[in-house]
Amino acid sequence: MVGGGGAGLRAAIAIAETDPRLRVAVVSKVYPMRSHTVSAEGGAAGVAREDDSFDEHAYDTVSGGDWMSDQDAVEAFVREAPQELMRLEHWGCPWSRESDGRVAVRPFGGMKKMRTWFAADKTGFHLLHTLFQTSLKFPSVVRYDEWFVTRLLVDDGRVQGVVAIELMSGKVEAITASAVIICTGGCGRVFPFTTNAAIKNGDGMALAYRAGAPLKDMEFVQYHPTGLPFTGILITEAARAEGGHLINKDGYRYLQDYDLGKPEPKPVFRSMELGPRDRLSQAFMQEVAKGRTIDTEYGPVVHLDLRHLGKKVITTKLPLVRELCLKYEARDPVTDLIPVRPVVHYMMGGIHTDIHGATPIAGLFAAGEAACVSINGANRLGSNSLTEILVFGARAGRAAAEFASTARSSESTIVAQAKDEQRRLDHDFLRKAGGRERLSTLRAEMHTTMEGAAGIYRTGDALTRAVGELRGLQERSCNIALDDHSRTFNTERLAALEFSFMLDVAEAIAMSALRREESRGAHQRTDFPKRDDQRFLAHSLAFRDADRSCRIEYKPVTITRWPPGERVYGR
Amino acid sequence: MPDRITMQVTRYRPEEESGESVQEYEVPCPKDWVVLDGLNYIKDRLDGSLSYRWSCRMGVCGSCGMTVNGEPKLTCETFLSEYGSGPVRVEPLKNFPVIRDLVVEIGDFMRKLVMVKPWMIRDQEKPVSEGEYLQTPNELDEYKQFSMCINCMLCYSACPIYGLEPGFIGPAAIALAQRYNLDSRDEGSAERLDVLSEHDGIWGCTFVGECTEVCPKHVDPAGAIQRYKLTAALAGLKSFVLPRSAR
Repeated sequence: MVGGGGAGLRAAIAIAETDPRLRVAVVSKVYPMRSHTVSAEGGAAGVAREDDSFDEHAYDTVSGGDWMSDQDAVEAFVREAPQELMRLEHWGCPWSRESDGRVAVRPFGGMKKMRTWFAADKTGFHLLHTLFQTSLKFPSVVRYDEWFVTRLLVDDGRVQGVVAIELMSGKVEAITASAVIICTGGCGRVFPFTTNAAIKNGDGMALAYRAGAPLKDMEFVQYHPTGLPFTGILITEAARAEGGHLINKDGYRYLQDYDLGKPEPKPVFRSMELGPRDRLSQAFMQEVAKGRTIDTEYGPVVHLDLRHLGKKVITTKLPLVRELCLKYEARDPVTDLIPVRPVVHYMMGGIHTDIHGATPIAGLFAAGEAACVSINGANRLGSNSLTEILVFGARAGRAAAEFASTARSSESTIVAQAKDEQRRLDHDFLRKAGGRERLSTLRAEMHTTMEGAAGIYRTGDALTRAVGELRGLQERSCNIALDDHSRTFNTERLAALEFSFMLDVAEAIAMSALRREESRGAHQRTDFPKRDDQRFLAHSLAFRDADRSCRIEYKPVTITRWPPGERVYGR
Repeated sequence: MPDRITMQVTRYRPEEESGESVQEYEVPCPKDWVVLDGLNYIKDRLDGSLSYRWSCRMGVCGSCGMTVNGEPKLTCETFLSEYGSGPVRVEPLKNFPVIRDLVVEIGDFMRKLVMVKPWMIRDQEKPVSEGEYLQTPNELDEYKQFSMCINCMLCYSACPIYGLEPGFIGPAAIALAQRYNLDSRDEGSAERLDVLSEHDGIWGCTFVGECTEVCPKHVDPAGAIQRYKLTAALAGLKSFVLPRSAR
């Protein structure tokens, strides 16, 4: 496992349970409980009540994704979702409960029924710690905490392991493996304003891309409509699911102007504040254009109003929201409005996998946000991603276990590859003298480029310029001067390696967005404002060519039972 | 409020120096900046060689614990403005070996955590297909606060016992043991009691409560430890109640 968050730990446990004789290494650049799964708040979706059905969960997911989801994957996902969430219950996850002791569920954006399981508004935190603590009981799971993978070892068309730096000592080692699962999460940090933790740099996506696996649907970047203005800290969608309102500077529930339904006092499924994230973030941009947002030193904001929910609901259902607002905004949602603006939150795209988590490279698997199966299509629904890491983490784990138990070891060149990588890591970073560029300056330039060209609304011209700028940054990044030349816990070399991963991923995002000449879900082109099923009912696949340039191909979307239709919310 | 503030940061680079030193940096301090923003400013603009851990910067991943003006703090939620005109002294967490600059080695905790078996133990597991173990909101409340531990290590840094007696299993690990013991679904408390009673230190804890005081998540490890002692005493393990020397 590369990555020890929710998907990686679920996969590790699946392998340990499938075949206890297999030795599992979880290689993570942070201690597993620091992984970004920890920050997920609102909940995890899975059919739980008699009035709900797998078909309804599937339809909500497919229409929410603007028909870019592969429907065979969605059908498998919704079927396995409840049992995965129940398994977490058996492992001790402190799900919030009804008075009779059953697991409680709440509404969520774009979902027609109550099916989001939650542990107050700290669901990701509890899910991650439950998985981590449960993983400790399996002796076959060995952890490489604070080891950073720099390269996949591929030989004879098959992945054979990884090269990694142990951060504490700085030593570089090859870790051989008969199968590798990438579970490194997303890449929100290629943008300047994001809910994503500092560690989310698209490491695993870039590792797979460099090894020859394509990145799929990278143009689909989710902006969450409610982030705190300076920090980008997420205010969960659950705040709206519990009845919170979004209002502009006139105190007006502006979503009613964007074909999202009529304002009602109580939350209505798939309507208004419970519409999908892409549509809500786009509505914000329209409000900015109309001059109806509030100006602050950190840009325009609207207000999230929870005051009418009352202190009891806020403290029991949304304790973290209150804690974060009090701490970082000095405002109490019980009595004050919360300033919010859209913020980069999630990558629908990722490493191309099939329904079992397998990539086109033999022995290489991926799961979670790092992967793209795709169930999320052009726009993920809130609370599907925590379930996704469980369902597809477990699937990838089982598939990798099966692959590993049949894989034959081969004569290979991996020792030489590992030596090459060791030389590169020493020569390019530790021994190198000179260099003119400062890492933080280049990173800031990448941020400006990505926010300017690959944000909520995009144009072909801006994206073309962005691709050129990113190429320029690639060249300049060879000339970075580091202050730190030591081996012991060298976080500057780490940041430089992460930056180089981010540049590859940023280029894949910009190229995929440039080539998709239509508007669908989270990808909105003002020069191509309509969805175009004739040309683009297809996944983009970004390949890295031998000259390091990015080439885009397409693969048809799998449609099983829900032919493309209109996305209807609030009517 | 001043527009700049001095940060005095502990440096230690084992490949170059035999001991710690203090380096001063001047950083901006807008009202929204936390100590971690100051460190990031240093790393990005002034000195890329400063090493420290951070990630979520919203107080939940537990990476960025450091000693700030003598107290263990999560630097992502400790505002520079709390320190007036400064200086702000930033040191690594106490009671841990220092790897480099502000980075400490927490392997000891990771090993102790496994020892308390922080996972669900059942005499008989029911199949997933049979649905959930029922648990009322009141039963959830019994253990909920102990499940909020983010493993940030501030309590170990504050604990006078852990400082003197490294064998002590420590506040967070005991709180996590209690998290499972008090969970209505769990049946492993006897196993965990054996583990805890075998190890030094728990009986030395005098309920001074520094651990509870510094916990950023309002977990009450001191309360957990006291409850544990009581349980142990009631279980007839009186020999463990007495200090080793008095047995």
